[in-house]
Amino acid sequence: MTEPQHGDRSHSPGPSLYPIGFAAGIACILVGLIINPTVVAPIGAVIALISGFFWARDATKEFRSEPVAAIEPERGGPRESTAAPAVPADRGEAAMPEPEPGERFPRSRFLEGATLGLGGVIGGLVTVPAVGFMIVPAFRDQGYPKVDLGPLENFTEGKWFVTKFFMNPDAGEVSHRTAYIRNNGQLNGEPSFTIISNRCAHLGCPAQPNGPTQDNQTKEVDLPKGQKVTMIPVIPAGGYGCPCHGGQYDTEGNRVSGPPVRALDRYAFEIVDGRLVLGKPYSVSHVKGEGRDARIYKYNLAGPGQHVDGWEQILYPLQPPH
Amino acid sequence: MATATRNKKSARRRQLEAAVNYPIDWLEERSGLIGGLRYFLFRKVPGDTGWWHTLGSATLTAFLVQALTGVILAMYYKPDPQNAYQSIQHITNDLTLGWLVRGMHKWGASVFIILMFFHMGRVFLFGAYKYPRELNWIIGVTLLAVGMLEGFTGYLLPWDQTAYWATVVGINLNGTAPFLGPFLANFLRGGAEIGQNTLSIFYSMHMLLIPGLIFALIGLHLYLVIRLGVSSPPWSREAAGSDYDADEQATDGRVGLTQPVARSGWRRNGGDV
Repeated sequence: MTEPQHGDRSHSPGPSLYPIGFAAGIACILVGLIINPTVVAPIGAVIALISGFFWARDATKEFRSEPVAAIEPERGGPRESTAAPAVPADRGEAAMPEPEPGERFPRSRFLEGATLGLGGVIGGLVTVPAVGFMIVPAFRDQGYPKVDLGPLENFTEGKWFVTKFFMNPDAGEVSHRTAYIRNNGQLNGEPSFTIISNRCAHLGCPAQPNGPTQDNQTKEVDLPKGQKVTMIPVIPAGGYGCPCHGGQYDTEGNRVSGPPVRALDRYAFEIVDGRLVLGKPYSVSHVKGEGRDARIYKYNLAGPGQHVDGWEQILYPLQPPH
Repeated sequence: MATATRNKKSARRRQLEAAVNYPIDWLEERSGLIGGLRYFLFRKVPGDTGWWHTLGSATLTAFLVQALTGVILAMYYKPDPQNAYQSIQHITNDLTLGWLVRGMHKWGASVFIILMFFHMGRVFLFGAYKYPRELNWIIGVTLLAVGMLEGFTGYLLPWDQTAYWATVVGINLNGTAPFLGPFLANFLRGGAEIGQNTLSIFYSMHMLLIPGLIFALIGLHLYLVIRLGVSSPPWSREAAGSDYDADEQATDGRVGLTQPVARSGWRRNGGDV
């Protein structure tokens, strides 16, 4: 690989100690300003000035005087050859020697592979965690907090309440949720509640009760941490309807007409110290019967618009954790 | 005549020209950028291109307006659920000219989408998507999809009731896609429920991820436009077709641009499009 040199010579000034002296002088000034401004700093200044002067003189030598040596111009054109006249490319010996038989994997190939491979590894090391961070948190089981809805006595037996609460009080208004709740009285000695989510089973708009709300009888339940649950009595005589695309449900949340694919979702609940506590929501394909005698066809929570029964359920075989 | 004018130039004028040209030449010698720009701006196009051919650059202009106004809006917008709505109100009602910049961004978004459709319609009706420009059609369709995703993510940012419920419906609509739909919806929401993260995810996608993608795709789109040349309208008399045309044009020095490249002599001319 040795090419003939045509008197190549470095054009830049040769190595010099003056810049180092200059830097030392500056450092001396800075240190001197702290420890002894009257003696050490001026010494540093002198060193810096002298070194700087010689450095500048060195560096500008070329411009102030004749160049030290003339640079030999590079000549273009083919170099004169002393060998025999050129042989056409397709005849004669190969211009490059054949590779040694053992050299199946030349160094350049190795270097190319190493560069690409290392680059790929480094890129992967950076990208994989970043993309993982982008995607994975959304799929961790974030769970549903248990929401205290206040004492049981507030829920008059046989009456519906529009109940508004905060799923996650720290998140503020964005966690505002609404459920339609009815106390069904006792079932086998235990309290029975119907708790229907207002999330439309079509595309998730808020379904509204088809009937009058009695706003003047609104109850506000104060919770320990300064949160509030708002309860508005309602008579959903005509069931529920969604304003967005016109889905209609009966009072138990069964789909009556319109685009929804199943009944309204419901919430699990438990009674803790005489208070109604909301649990995880679940999906419902349909409900037979009414109130405490209702037979609920229950499924894992699915997003709005996703079938949970019928042949269409094969379209949604997997659900991310809810 | 030209020689006479040149001779009349005073020494001072020549000095001035040299002073103006020096930095340009300096840049050109080291980067070739000036030549590239000149090649881009003054390249030859078919003689009968008209107003229809301006829809692409109109779309580009609309996008640049969105990019500029968006960057400025980002200086005052606060992407968290507690402050987003108030910051938009602040931009619109309190800040000097805030109403104008927000209005430009809001209405400009529709202009951008509409112009994309007009541009696509023009390309379709002119048959300009045919060989060798199929790849540019595909890139253009990708740009359309990505541009609409930009509209979708931007729609949430005002964080009012319309924005919120439109996004709820939009995400759930994605969720109804078979098999992977529920996962896509979870990713867009940043979890099982719309919450604090949803707004910042949409904000990041709207102002970083998708615009970057659009810039990159526009770069590719323009590269192919320049490489392949602009196609003539279908009614062009210089249009591709007969060999007679091609041969005639091969002699008048405008080949490769006056007609679809495939049938022109662009290879005969060394691929110099």
